[in-house]
Amino acid sequence: MNVRLYVLQRGSAALMMPLVLVHLAVIFYASSHDLSAADIFARTRGSAFWGTFYALFVAAAAIHTAIGVRVIVAEWGGLRGAAPDLVMWSFGLLLAALGLTAVAAVVLA
Amino acid sequence: MIGPGDRQRHTLNSGRHRRDALWLAALVHRLSGLALAAFLPLHFLALALALKGEVALDGFLRWTANPLVKVAEVGLVFILSLHVLGGIRILLVENLPWFQGQKPLVAVALLTAALLAFAFLLRAA
Repeated sequence: MNVRLYVLQRGSAALMMPLVLVHLAVIFYASSHDLSAADIFARTRGSAFWGTFYALFVAAAAIHTAIGVRVIVAEWGGLRGAAPDLVMWSFGLLLAALGLTAVAAVVLA
Repeated sequence: MIGPGDRQRHTLNSGRHRRDALWLAALVHRLSGLALAAFLPLHFLALALALKGEVALDGFLRWTANPLVKVAEVGLVFILSLHVLGGIRILLVENLPWFQGQKPLVAVALLTAALLAFAFLLRAA
């Protein structure tokens, strides 16, 4: 891992610490209130706060996870050359696309 | 004749380090990260069902009421908590001057993750 990837990985981790704590609180809240889809949409649709919060979360998670997976496929998977970078970019972009679609689905009307 | 270098090599290759709490903590951090990486795309795909409307998402939410899914969710809360607490440990180790008492810190992280998962189980049950 080069310095730029190291800083991005640790930076995204530090950014996600408070986001994960809030997300855990959301998970606890949602699980104990038996929310229906309509209940969820009533809380999220049109919410700039939740839209921004989860878009940021998805971006940080995509960066953090992709770099982590790159390290694992290189160290445990034995991939060499450009292959780890290819895996990192593919997985990171897939996560970002799926994650932002999910955020849009829940937040945008 | 066995020299000091040989002895050191022997110690390094003996696999004893794999029983060290901090080595195990690093392994658990990697494995929990891998599990979360595998789960994330499925999580996003499930939430994206909202694009198909309330009925589709409600169908998924009903499925999550299954006790086996609840057990899996408890596992996920445990893994997520463990990974976050392990990550905090790494950031502290890398950014603060070297400090003693790292093994108790690992134990506290493990216990906290287990307590969070148990609390989730109590709320979700």
